[in-house]
Amino acid sequence: MLLEMIFAGFGGQGVLSMGTLLAYAAMKEGKEISWMPSYGPEMRGGTANCIVNISDQMISSPIVSKYDVAVALNQPSLKKFEPRVKKGGILIWESSTIKEPPTRTDINVYAIPAIEKAINELKNIKVMNMLLLGALVKINKIVKIESLLLALKETLPERHHHLIPLNKKAIEMGMKLV
Amino acid sequence: MGEITFMKGNEALAEAAIRSGLQGYFGYPITPQSEVIEYLAQQKPKHNYVLIQAESELAAVNMLYGAAGAGGRVMTTTSSPGFSLMQEGISYIACTELPCVLVNVVRGGPGLGTIQPSQGDYFQATRGGGHGDYYTPVLGPNSVQEMVDHVYLAFELADKYLTPVVILSDGAIGQMMEKVILPEPIQYKPNKPWATTGKTVDRERKILTSLFIQSEVMEKRNLKLQEKYKKIKENEVRFEEYQIDDAEIIVVAYGLCSRISKKVVEFGREAGIKMGLFRPITLWPFPLKQLEEIASKDRVKFFISIEMNAGQMVEDVKLAVLGKKPVYFYGRLGGIVPTPEETFNAIKEKLN
Repeated sequence: MLLEMIFAGFGGQGVLSMGTLLAYAAMKEGKEISWMPSYGPEMRGGTANCIVNISDQMISSPIVSKYDVAVALNQPSLKKFEPRVKKGGILIWESSTIKEPPTRTDINVYAIPAIEKAINELKNIKVMNMLLLGALVKINKIVKIESLLLALKETLPERHHHLIPLNKKAIEMGMKLV
Repeated sequence: MGEITFMKGNEALAEAAIRSGLQGYFGYPITPQSEVIEYLAQQKPKHNYVLIQAESELAAVNMLYGAAGAGGRVMTTTSSPGFSLMQEGISYIACTELPCVLVNVVRGGPGLGTIQPSQGDYFQATRGGGHGDYYTPVLGPNSVQEMVDHVYLAFELADKYLTPVVILSDGAIGQMMEKVILPEPIQYKPNKPWATTGKTVDRERKILTSLFIQSEVMEKRNLKLQEKYKKIKENEVRFEEYQIDDAEIIVVAYGLCSRISKKVVEFGREAGIKMGLFRPITLWPFPLKQLEEIASKDRVKFFISIEMNAGQMVEDVKLAVLGKKPVYFYGRLGGIVPTPEETFNAIKEKLN
C-alpha cells in the first residue's frame, strides 16, 4: 500500500498542519511516512502545499507529481492539482469559496463546504482544515479517528490543548459532510 | 532502540548533534537551514553546549576553528552562500588537522541564488573547496533518519582522522519531515592530548597552526595529509545498491535525487526495464572501485547520473567507469527538483 497525497491552499489556511497531523497519526499506526512542504518565500495569503506519502514500506520519493488524493482549499490549487490526480483517485475541494468546480469525471470528487460550516456552526474558521481532514479520513479510512486525536494531543503545544475538543468536533463534522 | 519521532531534517540533525555530545555550535542563520540554530537555541537551557550566533559565516567558521583547537566536539551549519564564505576557514582547519563537523544544506546557486533545494555545491564540497591540497570526508544523507545518523558518523570520522567532515544535505531533506529513530545520547569523553587548553608550568607548549613558512616543513605536512586521505579512501567508502544485481541500466544518484531515482527504478521495473540504483553515501571518498566493477559487467548498457545541478557528480562517475560504458546525465537547475516521471522519460530516451 502506498498513498500519495497533496494538500494545497492559501498560506495560513492550515494545509501544512493537516498534512502533519495525518502523517503523525499514520506513524502512530506503524506506517512509513513522508511530509514534504512547498517551502519558499511564502507568506500568509500566498500559496502553500505539502505532499504526504503513507505506506507499509519504506517510501522512495518524498516528492511526486501524480496523486492518489488531492485536497484543494482554494481556486489556484484546484486548478493546479485537479489534472494531477491519478485516474480513480480522490479530489476533495472546499466548495463554499471555490467558484469554478472541478470538471473531471474519471476521479472521485467530493465537495465539502468546510469554510461555511466552520464559520456558521463551529464559530471558528481556523478549524475548517480539520473538517476537510475529517472528510478525507471518512472517505479513504487511511487512519483511525483515535489516531488523529492522539496526533492532535501530541503535536499541538500544551497551551493549545484547550482547542482539542473543538478540533475533534470539526473532524467529526467533516466526516458527516461526506 | 531509540525514540521514534516525526521531525524535520534540520531539527533532527540538531537533536542528533546534542545527543552525540555537542560542546560548541557557531553559526549564522540562512534559509533553508535556520531551523538548526533555532532548535539548538530552544534546547540550550537543558544542555551544556556553547551556542553562538556569529556576526557572519566567516566569524562562525573561525570560532569553529578555535573551539576545535581547544578540543571541543563542535559543529557549524549553513547553506550554500554561507558555505562559500567558510572555505578559507575549512582550509585552515584541514591543514591544522582539527576535528569538527560542517553541514551544508544546499540551496540553488550560483550567487545569492534561491532558497530551493539544489546539489550545485558538489564540486566545492568534494574537492576540498578552499585553497591548497586538501579534502574533507563528505557525507550525503538522503533521509531525515540519515540527517541523524550522519551526524554521529561525521563526529566519529572527524575524531578518528583529525579532519573537518562535511555533511552535504539539501533544502528538501532539511525541510521535510519523516519518521526518525533517535539514538541514545552519548556521554562524550574526548581524548585529545593535542588540544590547546592553556599551558601549565609543568608541560611543553602545544602549537596548532596551518602556517609552515619553510617549504620543506610545509611539504611534510602536505605528505602527512595525503597519507591520511589515502587511509580514508581505503577505509571509509560507503554506498548503497538497489536492484543492481541484474540491472542493465545503472542510475547513479545521491541525496534527494537518490530517493527520486529509487522511484524511477520502480517505474522501470514495472515497465520491464532492468534498472538499478547506485547511491554513493560518501561523496568523498567516492566509491570509484565499486562503480568500476559494475561497469565491467557485460549486462550493463549504460550509466546515468541524476542530479540537481548541471552535471557535477557525473564527472566522478566517468572517472570510475573509465570509458567502459557510456555515462549520461540528467538534471534540473536553480532549485528545481526533477520529478520521477520526467527523470524516467529522460532515461527512456537514452534507451532508443
